[in-house]
Amino acid sequence: MALLSKKDANLILDPLADNNPITIQVLGICSALAITAELKASIVMAFSVLFVMGMGNVVISLMRDIIPSKIRIIVQLVVVAALVIMVDQVLKAFAYELSKTLSVFVGLIITNCIIMGRFEAFALANGPWRSFLDGIGNAAGYGLILVIIGFFRELLGSGTLLGFKVLGDPIEKTGLYSIGYENNGFMLLSPMALIVVGLIIWVQRSRNKALIEEN
Amino acid sequence: MSLKSNLHNLKEKYKGKKMAPAFNAIHTFLYAPNETTHSGSHVRVVDDLKRTMNTVIMALVPVLLFGIFNAGYQHYAAVDAANGVIRQASIFGNFLTWENFIMGAWTVLPLVIVSYAVGLAVEFLFAVIKGHEVEEGYLVTGMLVPLIVPIDTPLWMLAVAVVFGVVIGKEVFGGTGMNILNPALTIRAFLFFAYPTWMSGDKVWVHQAVDLAGGPDAISGETILGYLAQGKGAEMSYSVADMFFGFIPGSVGETSTILILLGGLFLIFSKIASWRIMVSAVAGALVMGLIFNGVVDAGWITETSKFYGLMSFAFWQHLIVGGLAFGIVYMATDPVTGAQTNRGKWVYGFFIGFISVLIRVFNPAYPEGVFLAILLMNVFAPTIDHYVIRGNINRRLKRAKNATILPKDSEGKTQELKAETV
Repeated sequence: MALLSKKDANLILDPLADNNPITIQVLGICSALAITAELKASIVMAFSVLFVMGMGNVVISLMRDIIPSKIRIIVQLVVVAALVIMVDQVLKAFAYELSKTLSVFVGLIITNCIIMGRFEAFALANGPWRSFLDGIGNAAGYGLILVIIGFFRELLGSGTLLGFKVLGDPIEKTGLYSIGYENNGFMLLSPMALIVVGLIIWVQRSRNKALIEEN
Repeated sequence: MSLKSNLHNLKEKYKGKKMAPAFNAIHTFLYAPNETTHSGSHVRVVDDLKRTMNTVIMALVPVLLFGIFNAGYQHYAAVDAANGVIRQASIFGNFLTWENFIMGAWTVLPLVIVSYAVGLAVEFLFAVIKGHEVEEGYLVTGMLVPLIVPIDTPLWMLAVAVVFGVVIGKEVFGGTGMNILNPALTIRAFLFFAYPTWMSGDKVWVHQAVDLAGGPDAISGETILGYLAQGKGAEMSYSVADMFFGFIPGSVGETSTILILLGGLFLIFSKIASWRIMVSAVAGALVMGLIFNGVVDAGWITETSKFYGLMSFAFWQHLIVGGLAFGIVYMATDPVTGAQTNRGKWVYGFFIGFISVLIRVFNPAYPEGVFLAILLMNVFAPTIDHYVIRGNINRRLKRAKNATILPKDSEGKTQELKAETV
């Protein structure tokens, strides 16, 4: 007896690969470019969005029958805003340095198109359990790409991972730096994040030809 | 068996297989193919892609040779300067010497070899994977790249940049002829943003200046634009003739304006490059230079302003320092990434010159902007062409609408359809 029915499992698994919010639907690009210079920030952002989306989808789904459709966008915004403020306050209380790194982008989770998109497309029409799974799945798909981008940008741009100097010390010239290696400053700039997203999309579509659009 | 027939046999053997394009490319690069068309109604033109590329390379050879000599010359001049000896450049006295050539060749040729080896390897790889023929596009790019980088660029950086430039700048768009950005400039831009310490400052333009920095034998060589950007124009010991002939520090091939000018004329007369782009780019640079000179003359900025040095630089001298001339002649005229319509070429070229000087003066970190200006206009070239074509269509529609058919003349039918054109 599986924990989830096949249909429910697909709600989580689809957004991880073949219906990924970033690489297939091309949503949530702004934050993927802005905060992925460090792996740590990417991970925190991924979990913040996971929380906001899982909870938000459940709340909207529970209220779906009493929300008048004319003002549903405002209601959705209030729900997201409340959840985002919670995340923001928790970060400020327990991880102040990190919340400074993420700065305005925690607040801007509100504008993340994936969240409003899932509210509109899924939570308004489905029950709370399935909405929860859908929210978790999409947030995980978003987070996965964020972590991949963050990994490469921090490794190649700063020579560190989660703050650890995995490639050696650039100032004391140890490890790779002793043979003349240097960090790639371009990786720390946002344009390179876009190129990394593009490369991920390229790899994904050449592995699964069904994803290539007709034109 | 000769190499040619060997290659031919290999080609036949691998026909239809994955490696076929690789053998094909080597074969047609070295020899005329065995199977050529002998009859039939074909358009016969001589300027195929290979010939076009070879013409540009021919135009680049003098620049490369000069770059080799200049690399050595600048090194020994900097050593002299460090010892308090001021050198006066003379072509046969201290420029065209074996000493300069050996030192220069030893540093420049590795750049050329790495550029070609890595770039062509990527091209072959993509041709084999995607199953198309290897195109000649990289032959020029591979020659341009070593000429637009500082002399001591580490070879692995160049290799990384070439891979990036060829893959992201060209292959993702579909290879030669499909690219939006000039691949050589994409490589340069990548190096500039990724490794800024190797691309700017007063240490990278002279061979060994980085290695010797901080030691007792430290040497340096600031570019003219670098002097001006720091407001030290008066300390500079280069004459206008030095700038024009190219006895100044700078990227390997960009310094000698006279040879670039000759190369440009050669390209214009062989009808490879567009004279419209070159002329309008020069005009654009002069206009922007004049505007800045006007600002200084009007007294709007004072000598304490950090832009004073570059703004007060005589407007026409912008053309003979830095990479402007090289960019205009060899980069802006790239037929793939530039504007295609004649009217569009004027606009495209003008803005390249105009924006180059603009960025050059206002870029706080790096007093040069030709490659950024050309890349920017590469992006806008299709838009320019679109509006030129739209304008042409609208003009002709208007002409058709305003055409009036005059009443029938009793004398003859010839007058019947006399249209009034606008």
